[in-house]
Amino acid sequence: MATHVKNLDPAEIWALLENVKDPEIPVLSIVDLGIAREVKFDADGQLEIIISPTYSGCPAMYMLEEQIRETLINHGYPGPVITTKLFPAWTTDWMTEDGKKKLEAYGIAPPEKTTRNKSVLFGGQKKISCPRCQSKNSEQISEFGSTACKALYRCLDCREPFDYFKCI
Amino acid sequence: MTTLSQQDALVQYAAQIGDNGLIIGHRMSEWCFRAPSIEMEMALMNCALDLIGQARALYSYAAKTDGKGKTEDDFAYLRDEKDFRNALLTEMPNGDWGDTIVRLFLMSAYNKLFFTALGQSKDADLAAIGVKSLKEVTYHLRFSSEWLIRLGDGTEESHQRVQNSLDHLWAYTGELFLMNDAENALLDDGISVDVTALKADWNLIVADVLGQATLTLPTNNWAHLGGKAEGRHTEHFGYIISDMQYMQRRYPGCEW
Repeated sequence: MATHVKNLDPAEIWALLENVKDPEIPVLSIVDLGIAREVKFDADGQLEIIISPTYSGCPAMYMLEEQIRETLINHGYPGPVITTKLFPAWTTDWMTEDGKKKLEAYGIAPPEKTTRNKSVLFGGQKKISCPRCQSKNSEQISEFGSTACKALYRCLDCREPFDYFKCI
Repeated sequence: MTTLSQQDALVQYAAQIGDNGLIIGHRMSEWCFRAPSIEMEMALMNCALDLIGQARALYSYAAKTDGKGKTEDDFAYLRDEKDFRNALLTEMPNGDWGDTIVRLFLMSAYNKLFFTALGQSKDADLAAIGVKSLKEVTYHLRFSSEWLIRLGDGTEESHQRVQNSLDHLWAYTGELFLMNDAENALLDDGISVDVTALKADWNLIVADVLGQATLTLPTNNWAHLGGKAEGRHTEHFGYIISDMQYMQRRYPGCEW
């Protein structure tokens, strides 16, 4: 289907954004992650995409912006404006249920729901299910993993180490 | 004393909060490939990335407010020593692992309270950065607290060394709770944080963790001043920016 700026269908843009994957977790799109927040057209048909970074220093943001731009231009949406918005701050609660399932199938334990329990915030650890054998008998090896958004865990039943997408 | 216009005060204020993040973040990045274990290295680099990311957002906002076509890079790479208003604590050398942990702990306890308050700023951009940063510095505080407890309540040697770090760095914390010109200029409009009001809560956090770490709270309240108030730095600072700014100074405008 030939798409032109005249055909202003947000659903189509959202479908295109599904093709932009996180470079570190290629099974997840920016829609699954909740990084893509809004698709807007102004009166002149100017397309604007609002994105929110996971972490302030996330080195993937620039690359994602470029990929969004490239994807949209390749599909007949010239000159999209990409705006970074910090507020409201990104939270793992924005990750879609579908995204969480894909994450687990990929071998990364998905984030638990955010909690107001202070013991979890200071010292007390949550029990995270092993994405391989689903055992909750796991322990944290390191608060920080290979990227800012992950922590490192180990399953005490199947003995496999795994990444946990930490919740913020 | 010169009076700052509201606009200049806002530029300086956003930049000086960024300076704290950039300088301590740069210091922590100096541990890259040198940390005692890979987990500790990843943790420090993750924290450094958060802090430098926060600095980028703050410098970008300062550049936008300034309205002279500058970018975040101008703030990081092309200002001189006197223009940086970071707290002296952030530029202290890495020393051993204990020194680095104590510095991060003292600063993170402050950052947690500071960004909580900044989240309530009447300036929407600063408030957004405050809310975002708070989530990150909460992690830094937990990470550094756990290490401080491990070292303080560890062996006789780790206890003594981390107590020495604490006694040494303590004199650089007083400055955090004094208002400077930009902060004073923006206080009445509800834009800047009243840092003098953070001291009591900071003392509580510090006393609690030091207690768990079996460390002694320093009682000497004499403080080194100058960094935040007027850009008068310690002898360590020049080395940081000569390293950090080398490429832009040697090859102006270079990109890759």
